[in-house]
Amino acid sequence: MIPQDSFIVVAEVPKDRVAPLRSLLATMTLPDCPGAADPMNALLPFGVFDTIHFGRLVLLEDNTLGDRAVYPELPKDEPTHLCFMVDCDGDATALLSRMARECNGLRQIFAYCADYDANADFAEWLKRRRVKPAASYVNWVGRSVTQAREEARLRELLRDALPKASSNDPQQMLAELRSAVGGRVTLTPIPPTPSDWRMRNLGHFLAPIVIAAVCLVFFPLMTIPLLIIALIVVTIELRRRELSDPIVVNGYDPEWVDKLRLGEDHDVTNQYTAMGSIKPGKFRLGLELVILAVIDWAARHILTRGGLGRIGTIHFAHWTLIDGKRRAFFCSNYDGFHEAYMDDFINKAAFGLNLSFSSAIAYPQTDWLIKKGAWREMEFKRFQRRHQIPTDVWYKAYPGLTARDLARNARIRNGFEKAAMDDDEIRRWIAEI
Amino acid sequence: MRLDVDTADIQALAWTAFGPLTGASYLLLRVENPEAARRWLGALKPTSVADISSACLAEATQVAITAAGLTALGVEKEVIDRFSPEFVEGMTGSPNRSHRLGDIGANAPESWEWGVGEREPHVLLMLFAEPDRMSELEAKTRSAAEASGLRAIAALGTTDMGGVEPFGFLDGVSQPAFDWDRARTPGTKADRKYTNLLALGEILLGYYNEYGFPADSPRVAAHERNADLLPIAAGPAGARDLGRNGSYLVFRQLGQDVRGFWRWTHEEAARGGTDLKSLAETMVGRRMNGAPLIDFETGLSIPGVDPSDRDVNGFLFDSDPDGLACPLGAHIRRANPRTADSPAGEDGPIDHLLVMLGLTTRRLRNPTSSTLPWEKNTTVWPYLRREDDAVASSRFHRILRRGREYGEQIDVSQALDPARPDPKAGLHFLCLNSNINRQFEFVQGAWIANAKFASLTGEQDPLIGNRQPFPLPPVCQTPQPTDGFTRPGAEPQRRRSVGVPQFITVKGGAYFFMPGLRALKWIASA
Repeated sequence: MIPQDSFIVVAEVPKDRVAPLRSLLATMTLPDCPGAADPMNALLPFGVFDTIHFGRLVLLEDNTLGDRAVYPELPKDEPTHLCFMVDCDGDATALLSRMARECNGLRQIFAYCADYDANADFAEWLKRRRVKPAASYVNWVGRSVTQAREEARLRELLRDALPKASSNDPQQMLAELRSAVGGRVTLTPIPPTPSDWRMRNLGHFLAPIVIAAVCLVFFPLMTIPLLIIALIVVTIELRRRELSDPIVVNGYDPEWVDKLRLGEDHDVTNQYTAMGSIKPGKFRLGLELVILAVIDWAARHILTRGGLGRIGTIHFAHWTLIDGKRRAFFCSNYDGFHEAYMDDFINKAAFGLNLSFSSAIAYPQTDWLIKKGAWREMEFKRFQRRHQIPTDVWYKAYPGLTARDLARNARIRNGFEKAAMDDDEIRRWIAEI
Repeated sequence: MRLDVDTADIQALAWTAFGPLTGASYLLLRVENPEAARRWLGALKPTSVADISSACLAEATQVAITAAGLTALGVEKEVIDRFSPEFVEGMTGSPNRSHRLGDIGANAPESWEWGVGEREPHVLLMLFAEPDRMSELEAKTRSAAEASGLRAIAALGTTDMGGVEPFGFLDGVSQPAFDWDRARTPGTKADRKYTNLLALGEILLGYYNEYGFPADSPRVAAHERNADLLPIAAGPAGARDLGRNGSYLVFRQLGQDVRGFWRWTHEEAARGGTDLKSLAETMVGRRMNGAPLIDFETGLSIPGVDPSDRDVNGFLFDSDPDGLACPLGAHIRRANPRTADSPAGEDGPIDHLLVMLGLTTRRLRNPTSSTLPWEKNTTVWPYLRREDDAVASSRFHRILRRGREYGEQIDVSQALDPARPDPKAGLHFLCLNSNINRQFEFVQGAWIANAKFASLTGEQDPLIGNRQPFPLPPVCQTPQPTDGFTRPGAEPQRRRSVGVPQFITVKGGAYFFMPGLRALKWIASA
């Protein structure tokens, strides 16, 4: 399989250049589809790179800095950044270099940034501004763009061929379908998993387990009491803060929501970008970093097969901290309407929302970290819309296909390529077509 | 019913569909003279829930108002903005909403008979009476309203079709029950199984909803005008609740192409090797007499399903995960998938934890009606089928339907008779909910009109879908069709229909607020 990778470049844009840059970014989109990238736009033709799943350019302009009034220790103002994010197959660093080399338009875009230097090595300049997300999620680790596209084509052809099958005998039907479709679709063999990636991944998987095991086995008398004390202290401190943190009311601004909606529902998949400030102090930040580290680890090793917990509609997601970890932004690519996405999230994974976002200023009040919070439905919905920002340019490599479509198409391909199937297997396989 | 549920303040439609009063008419009015209209509305006495329990009614009037109507009546914009955004924006308020609701193509608001511009209603009067007294009540009410600063833009009559809708199927079979006694705590372990009994806050504003919080409701501060007319709000002392005992009413006029429906079904049944009635029944998910296509599970007891209703509503789709008895895309599965908080019910804390973390879904795999063989071990990660958890928990997305049929009633053979003229029939779809976005719009957008519902592709609700391709170029290379219908169980070659025509066209619609009686007085005091 081909492992997925991503890069996130964040560079400051002087406030007076934000509006002109926004206009430039708007030229990259399809007519009447604000935010939807033209895959072949002149500045940055995402479509040329057949390893890119999703790409986005978004001006991180924060509307909620005013909420910091309740925390005078935080700076009143923060810079505006341009964020360039790509989810791809294979090495993201190599892709970034290639894009820097081949897309002159990218220079034109980043020329709006504060410290852009036309004489510097552009690829290096971009790499220096890369930020590592605190947590990342991939819907299906190992599924490549090529695979997604070829398998979609395979299903299409099988779907067309199925009504023409003359036999009802499973084996004969399979043979008929194979011969009807064979030769008309390319199915690139799935390459072996790179061994260095495999080793690194195993190391990442084992590291926390080994550390925990060593502590518990060799130093149980120190580790266990320390853990208990830490748990008690964190619980008391957390509860104290939950009860005393200032409550910030999130209003509903219909004009803002209209603006966000302009960029939605051009495809079955939508983009989401939201940003906000983290509550000041080491406690909230520390807790947030620990939680995101756990999410990152789980997403990389356990939640690798089509679901972020029970949420099966997210393709890729990243949680990223910026500005000296005072602020964070969250990006995702999800299937369905915004409202349905939020309902899904609240009803199936409110605890996950609370874990990963409750350190944000203005987040609805939680109980014991995982309870209430997002369960305060309307408060949460206003919170997230208010913190959401329009994604200026958003690219998806396989329009019309949801994450569940991709998973089903992969199952169809498995059956198609299987040497032999028994009658039951064939019936199941045909039902998927 | 608990004492703090003020039945005298709640319009009776929240409690009853006025079934015995088989005559009904909907008057759509616009405000011409605000002052006179306010006076008239202030003196109007809509039938309340308390009236229902006290006497046998001969007639009833219910009233609801749009956001445009509140403005026309002179309610302050600042107060109107406290209502839910969907209500304030209106059903036709944004292209994005129209797209989500499927109101594009032939359904586009521009071609509606009412609901837009000068034809946007301000006030809706719902009149119910015995059929022989209906025209008299309608004429009387209409002239009284028109004498009082209101102008009728339409009087939408109804037809008593004996409980069936124009296609001939028994209608209004499945309805949620509401916890008027407020004995139920939502969100407990019990909700890991499906419940048909919902918190009162799912239809009435100001009461606790399925999340255990008061349903969002517009408030009026104690110092604002005439605040003391209104019920006291829960929460901050002194605030009054303009929404309490009220509900949002969604009204859509759905024209049904009865002849088109049966003609297509006739042709398609011949192609698919079945008969037209069974094909139509698989599209609906019920027999024409209302019996579900799903086998009953013995011993299944669903909260909120009356024992007398068990033969039509005492079932779940859990026993048919692959849609072999009732297709996954059938109308009743889309309108209410009967899903619970946990995709496979409740089976102990460890199992619940695994389900919550998304590590297992299909656990209890004993489909009673399935003939499709599935792998035995689909229980523990990584052998999970996410499709089984594709649909949201139903209890957050229910609506209380209160619609009536209109037009001429014809049977199947008449529908197939080429000489017969089009009967111009349909449904005045009305429903009540407390959160338009999470209830009506979710059901309509994410379940009915969504071509990817329950991991299907390329098909919308077989009855209601608008068949508009999505996405379209330039976003994708070719328009993605949504006009299919899959019914597993048939021979694999014939199980999928394509090119299903549009059978139902939206002819009008609006979002209304059906106020409590005191709130109506307050509105009239503007």
